[in-house]
Amino acid sequence: EEKRAGPASTLYCADGDDSLYPIAVLIDELRNEDVQLRLNSIKKLSTIALALGVERTRTELLPFLTDTIYDEDEVLLALAEQLGNFTMLVGGPEYVHCLLPPLESLATVEETVVRDKAVESLRKISQEHSPVDLEVHFEPLVKRLASGDWFTSRTSACGLFSVCYPRVSSTVKAEIRQHFRTLCSDDTPMVRRAAASKLGEFAKVLELDYVKSDIISLFTALASDEQDSVRLLAVEACVSIATLLPQEDLETLVMPTLRQAAEDKSWRVRYMVADKFSELQKAVGPEITKNDLVPAFQNLLKDCEAEVRAAAANKVKGKRLNIMLPFIRLIQYTNQHVKSALASVIMGLSTILGKDNTIEHLLPLFLAQLKDECPEVRLNIISNLDCVNEVIGIRQLSQSLLPAIVELAEDAKWRVRLAIIEYMPLLAGQLGVEFFDEKLNTLCMAWLIDHVYAIREAATCNLMKLVEKFGAEWAQNTIVPKVLGMANDPNYLHRMTTLFCINALSEACGQEITTKQMLPVVLKMSNDQVANVRFNVAKSLQKIGPVLDNNALQTEVKPVLEKLASDQDMDVKYFAQEAISVLPLA
Amino acid sequence: MSAISASEKVDGFTRKSVRKAQRQRRSQGSSQYRTQSAPVELSPLPQLKDAPSTEQQELFTQKLQQCCILFDFFDSVLDLKSKEIKRATLNELVEYVSTNRGVLQESTYPEITNMIITNIFRALPPSDNPDFDPEEDEPTLEAAWPHIQLVYEFLLRFLENPDFQPSIAKRYIDQKFVLQLLELFDSEDPRERDFLKTILHRIYGKFLGLRAFIRKQINNIFLRFIYETEHFNGVAELLEILGSIINGFALPLKAEHKQFLMKVLIPLHTAKGLALFHAQLAYCVVQFLEKDPTLTEPVIRGLLKFWPKTCSQKEVMYLGEIEEILDVIEPTQFKKIQEPLFRQISKCVANPHFQVAERALYFWNNEYILSLIEENIDKVLPTMFGSLYRISKEHWNPTIVALVYNVLKTLMEMNCTLFDELTSSYKADRQREKKKEQERDELWKKLDELKLKLCGQERKKQTNARV
Repeated sequence: EEKRAGPASTLYCADGDDSLYPIAVLIDELRNEDVQLRLNSIKKLSTIALALGVERTRTELLPFLTDTIYDEDEVLLALAEQLGNFTMLVGGPEYVHCLLPPLESLATVEETVVRDKAVESLRKISQEHSPVDLEVHFEPLVKRLASGDWFTSRTSACGLFSVCYPRVSSTVKAEIRQHFRTLCSDDTPMVRRAAASKLGEFAKVLELDYVKSDIISLFTALASDEQDSVRLLAVEACVSIATLLPQEDLETLVMPTLRQAAEDKSWRVRYMVADKFSELQKAVGPEITKNDLVPAFQNLLKDCEAEVRAAAANKVKGKRLNIMLPFIRLIQYTNQHVKSALASVIMGLSTILGKDNTIEHLLPLFLAQLKDECPEVRLNIISNLDCVNEVIGIRQLSQSLLPAIVELAEDAKWRVRLAIIEYMPLLAGQLGVEFFDEKLNTLCMAWLIDHVYAIREAATCNLMKLVEKFGAEWAQNTIVPKVLGMANDPNYLHRMTTLFCINALSEACGQEITTKQMLPVVLKMSNDQVANVRFNVAKSLQKIGPVLDNNALQTEVKPVLEKLASDQDMDVKYFAQEAISVLPLA
Repeated sequence: MSAISASEKVDGFTRKSVRKAQRQRRSQGSSQYRTQSAPVELSPLPQLKDAPSTEQQELFTQKLQQCCILFDFFDSVLDLKSKEIKRATLNELVEYVSTNRGVLQESTYPEITNMIITNIFRALPPSDNPDFDPEEDEPTLEAAWPHIQLVYEFLLRFLENPDFQPSIAKRYIDQKFVLQLLELFDSEDPRERDFLKTILHRIYGKFLGLRAFIRKQINNIFLRFIYETEHFNGVAELLEILGSIINGFALPLKAEHKQFLMKVLIPLHTAKGLALFHAQLAYCVVQFLEKDPTLTEPVIRGLLKFWPKTCSQKEVMYLGEIEEILDVIEPTQFKKIQEPLFRQISKCVANPHFQVAERALYFWNNEYILSLIEENIDKVLPTMFGSLYRISKEHWNPTIVALVYNVLKTLMEMNCTLFDELTSSYKADRQREKKKEQERDELWKKLDELKLKLCGQERKKQTNARV
């Protein structure tokens, strides 16, 4: 049997060097005190297995891994992932069951990410089991997990039933169904949630009779669970279950539960119904949709909880407009969340409605929403401007646009400011250079001294895109002087922003501007008293080096970098040396 | 940017609190799911104190029923008169159950609990602010608070009434009641959570039959918080209750309680918003260790496993907790954990973030910790030496360098010979480490080459087979 082992061991023997990679050395690597090193070794576990050959991987490496599963979750995650691709390394499908013990342990750990990955790998290798191995090795594992003491193993079991069910004998099938039933009424809500989230998937592999007899009763029970977090998952399962059943059974088996969910006392459950509306509609067919779902949907659009209305509103786009236009008009009277959600979809409607309809029905709404008190509503309108631009042109909006932009630019939430910056190049392109210089330029410069780094960074990037759009000459007249002026700012963060801008702009501005205007400023800043500024000078020089000519590099850049390379600060030295080694300095 | 403050000139960053002040706007939310269609107008009933004693009980019941009517607090001008009547009635009810004896007759229990259930048990509203950060943002306050507060007050007085009989009340204050009460701890309104805390504490004290159930449900809430949602507003309040529950655990500790410590409390340290409940959490952990010192080793190993890798603020909190644990540690337990623990402390000391380094170095101001170190200097010093020695030359922050010098001096005084040995072997040790690193690189290079070779062969074989 040894002779039939895979390619690795063939070579291993052929080399005749048994001591080359003694397992102890490799295991030492897997046991290193330093987590990072341990993690590195685990990520290369396949290399270790190759070096050991299939035989020793099975008899030595896997038992070691199984025994030592107490580690940092990051290491366990890597291990769980690796083992899913290990079949060939243990000798192919006939040995794949060797991988089950370590994966079984991993499927019981607390950390969800690790457990999920272990289950994913188990699902993957289940397909590589022969039907016999599946019953002899895999299915018993699922049963052990399903009856584990701690909730983690039972939650993991929920994800494994559906992969083995189709390939086992009818006796074992009955056992699996029984286990699933038990977990659906588990004492721990986490387990019921796991079962509920796999209900749809499990239903798909069951025979129709069992769907009707088993799944429906489980579905009904989970949909009236005491915890709303379980009930809402049942709504999700409803989509799959409804797809499986013949039309005539839907009314009696599914609809009572679904109707109840649409009126659940918890907004989360109603939210789920609203959110899954399109899928549900498809699953139950046109007849039930018309009689049952549309009225329910209209109620959800009027729900007392804004979140629910918003979820429902998000589904408006797909619906026929004659039903939905009245609702769109409703937004003037409703809550922020709904408006915000609608704002993000109604812009898309303009392409469907065409020019005339857009001007008549939608333009007044856009204008009203641009003045809305909620920044998200305004932002959603502005961020979808491109759709409208195609249909009616942006000029129609520009008068209302400006105050909205100005206000968003100064919004207290930095994420809102960030979002509007990202649309600046697009807006500048649509509004033209004149409008920009007159109205928006000041804003763009103000962002450079924002107190949030992400905004300053985005502002820098924005300038680069503007220069690409409007050209180097424009840059030289409008933004470069202001950027360079900040080099004398008392706040070192602003001085650094000058450097970041230069990094971003030099290429777009070209050699002339970079050498004559930017470089002198950078070189002068090498005497800054703050070390962070000095090492950024070194980084900037490295960055703009390729734009400069050789003369400037040799006569101006080189001496400054050499000076910085003997700076008293470690980091300044480091970056200066790095720049010296990268730039072509003779 | 006209005027730059002096502090800003120094560190360039404006203070968070200053910026925060600009954008706060108090918001209110409410979550009563209104099924009543037409608003009901309340008419005032006679005062309880004016009623003849024979009719008082009947009137009490009527008032309880009247208080089951819910009002819309989103619209602040709606039903003003009726709202005021309900408020006055609730006030009267609070007064009635707290000052009178003999008012809690068996027949009133269902009426009382029904009034409470109707008013306070509700699905909490979605957060007004989807990216609500409890550390930064103002919470959304419950709009119906003028009524709900009084109902909570009433529930509390009801539980504290000397005539209160748990044996009768347990028919109504049952598992389902407790479950709904626990879910309310997710309320964003701190006033509500504060009431809930006291109330749950009373219930835990008075209903022995519910204790195990309450603990288990808290368990589930925490596990969901840690592993599923990462969001629950009432963690600190629940931990505060647990702190006193743990205090009352009998010895030896049951397996269930130890499991709670290791599988729930320790993983709670990984939560994103740890700062909001760390004090209460550390208190619970230390309570456990004071009860049963043999838990020290697994607890410290647990903390080391979850030690923060990127969040300096959290690291400072962990160090604080470690110091609290060391304050109560038994010398025998210290010996069991000293090496892994001081490996971590030595990393903290070398942390480029000066607050982390500083917090770790403060351990050397603690007399008891110093005595433990001194007793085990032969183990602690070799673990710490490398980091301290390197940092004394390399750390960017002068305060840290000064602190490190003091620590080195203290350690040297504890065992001068060992210190000298380590100093003289420092270079050799570093070189040995470097060599080991090179060997590792080489090993991996060889392994990678082997892998390439094998894969190449495999491919060739497949091609040949096809030909």
